[in-house]
Amino acid sequence: MTELVEANSLVTEEDTLRGKFLTFNLEKEVYGIAIQYVVEIIGMQPITLVPELPPYVRGIINLRGKIVPVMDVRIRFSKEVRAYDDRTCVIVIDIKDMSIGLIVDQVAEVQAIPEEEIVPPPELAVSRDRFIQGVAKVGDQVKLILDCERLLNMDDLEELGSIK
Amino acid sequence: MVTDHLINESLLQVYLFECNQLMEQLEQIVLSVEESNVYNMEDINQIFRIMHTIKGSSGMMQFNQIALLSHTLEDIFAFLRANEAITADYSRLTDHILDGIDFIKEEIEKIENGKPADGQASHLIELFQKFLTELQGLDQPPLNSALEKQIYKAVLFFEEGCEMENIRAFNVVHHLDGLAEVLQQTPEDLMNEKSMEEIRKEGFKLELKSLLSVEQLKEHLLETLFLSRLELEEGAGASTPSDLDIELEPTDQQEKQQQKLENKLVSSTTTGSSTTSMISVNVTKLDKLMDIVGEIVVAEALVVQNPDLQDLELDNFQKAARQLHKIINELQDSVLSIRMVPLKSTFNKMHRIVRDMKKKLNKDVLLEMVGEDTEVDKNIIEHISDPLMHLIRNALDHGIESLEERLKTDKPLQANIRLEAKSSGSDVLIIVEDDGKGLSRTKILDKAKEKGLLRLPEEDLSDKDVHRFILHPGFSTKENVTEFSGRGVGMDVVLKNIESLGGEISIDSREGEGTTITIRIPLTLAIMDGMNIRVGPSRYTIPITSIRESFRPREEELITDPEGHEMMMVRGECLKVVRLNTFFKVDTAVSRMDEGIMLIVEDKLAPVCLFADELIGEQQVVVKTLPNFIKNRKKIRGVTGCTLLGDGSISLILDFSDIA
Repeated sequence: MTELVEANSLVTEEDTLRGKFLTFNLEKEVYGIAIQYVVEIIGMQPITLVPELPPYVRGIINLRGKIVPVMDVRIRFSKEVRAYDDRTCVIVIDIKDMSIGLIVDQVAEVQAIPEEEIVPPPELAVSRDRFIQGVAKVGDQVKLILDCERLLNMDDLEELGSIK
Repeated sequence: MVTDHLINESLLQVYLFECNQLMEQLEQIVLSVEESNVYNMEDINQIFRIMHTIKGSSGMMQFNQIALLSHTLEDIFAFLRANEAITADYSRLTDHILDGIDFIKEEIEKIENGKPADGQASHLIELFQKFLTELQGLDQPPLNSALEKQIYKAVLFFEEGCEMENIRAFNVVHHLDGLAEVLQQTPEDLMNEKSMEEIRKEGFKLELKSLLSVEQLKEHLLETLFLSRLELEEGAGASTPSDLDIELEPTDQQEKQQQKLENKLVSSTTTGSSTTSMISVNVTKLDKLMDIVGEIVVAEALVVQNPDLQDLELDNFQKAARQLHKIINELQDSVLSIRMVPLKSTFNKMHRIVRDMKKKLNKDVLLEMVGEDTEVDKNIIEHISDPLMHLIRNALDHGIESLEERLKTDKPLQANIRLEAKSSGSDVLIIVEDDGKGLSRTKILDKAKEKGLLRLPEEDLSDKDVHRFILHPGFSTKENVTEFSGRGVGMDVVLKNIESLGGEISIDSREGEGTTITIRIPLTLAIMDGMNIRVGPSRYTIPITSIRESFRPREEELITDPEGHEMMMVRGECLKVVRLNTFFKVDTAVSRMDEGIMLIVEDKLAPVCLFADELIGEQQVVVKTLPNFIKNRKKIRGVTGCTLLGDGSISLILDFSDIA
């Protein structure tokens, strides 16, 4: 009996997570991350540099005793670097057994985006679009849904280029 | 039911743990008995008790094949126990027991891995029964041949007023599962009241077909509760029908049960008293405790080295802080020692391997053990067992010459393998030494050439360099593959396992004399004494044991060679200088020698001078590994982990092998 009840509550929990996205701003675009990956959002923290990492991995931070690497999404998406201000946030995501913090300009909100509104991205060769899993239309705004796994899965080819 | 499943889980865990322990114990007894070639009464009793316990618990957990197997062995030892005068074929018995142990171990492994225990022990059971019959034949003519299935007729009467006879009859049939085939039962249908009446009046009649002897079947049926009378006779197939009517007084039956219980209790207490009051603890609890202790160490640093307190003069506080530090150190040491387990049990596993290989390869070998009481972390024990087995196999298979070859030399015919464990500083050393034929330089070089592994000319390679080739994947100078070795997949896996523990292997061999393989493993990786240093805005930590000395150098002492490498003369030694800011590409204002600090660090390789901005201070640090995201990507040169400093900032722990 208890088994059934527990199973049911699990299903409802997942349901409440699915279809919800955390959106953040980067220059003019709005990006979204599936909320099941997001662990927490924190303010900017002092970053400790770690040598020999690609430029978009800024280093590591101390998150209440846990060491978390941070990635600057601007640099990752080959945008101009901007100084961090008091609105800059770190979105900590957890995929498989890896945690990483994404440094973004500004966090917007959590939105529910129904699956029907998400279409696959166009086949463009621009490097930025490799990270996009889908494009969602919400009202008259277009939001780009990030593929978190791709984001974390740095290609070795790209890496080799950045090592001197 | 969910709760049933949970209860079963913990029962299963206990069962598996108990079985593993008993198997180890049994193996030890058997191997030592084999050496002396005498089964004395104490050994027989112990083996009997072990088999009895396994039979009982396996039956309860419904692992019938294991139960059957141990039942048969128990019978053999019951017989031996009752008939002291008999001398059996002991070496055959030992082989049987070892085969039995292997079967049970295999099944246990399957269960541990979540697979069904589907092994069939019937072949072994037949062999054992044959052995028993022969034993009995030495004593008296056997009642029946135990190899063929016998047909029996049994009638069971239950005690008056015990009620539910039909259910009890059903139980009887259920317990015969796996032991006997029920050809016919009267009454057929046990699920109604009428059958209860019938059994009460006429008894429960069974026609059975079984491998068991009449003795064994009798014993089994007698275990039925509330049995007042048993009639058992052999059906068609036996030349002399033997009627065994047994009238049991109710008290007799209960007494029997009582006796059995007592025996079980006695056996469990005796095993209990031989090991000084121990308690088995779930490893996850220990890990949690370790984590908490680690955090206490960090928290202590956060409090005591708090930036708020930096410039204040707090005598009483300092005194109290020192006391706190002392206590925490003690706590740490105690907790670390809890996880420490002596290497004894791992070493003892080697006995079995040596015994089996000795026989198969026809070599005479003595396995010597030294320092098996040396303790190492439980985690290390689990990962060291396989590599050790491999090394011992290698020594036996490759190292030690055949009897003929040894005759030709002036070495004693009995070869020697020494397995030693000792602690050295903060490491533990495990040494496998044999007096075999050693590693052949020419053979290894030939193989290396064949595989294209030679980078330098042959003459430039020292013996040690040549020996290290055997650690290369796929390397084997053995001409043909045997069941034990030759595939060349062993030594590199051993190396990997040892390295994953943070250890290393060194090989020492003299051709014709023997080989010594030394494994060095650091005792604990988790908490270490470190010296924090600063280079520009970055902080690094160096294990204190690696620091030889530190001093403020003078600009004139720095020597630069034509290629731009910097060096310094220290007491007659010329040491390489590494500027940490250059190595890690960190900006710092300090560039002159007399503005910074020089640390001479020494690990396993030659000492090196590291130039940093300043020493921050000594701290006991909890080593944390770099996050998976970075670790999985690539190895960062020079960094082996990180740690949190008193002010919450992160310091990278240096790894010199890359810096040198």
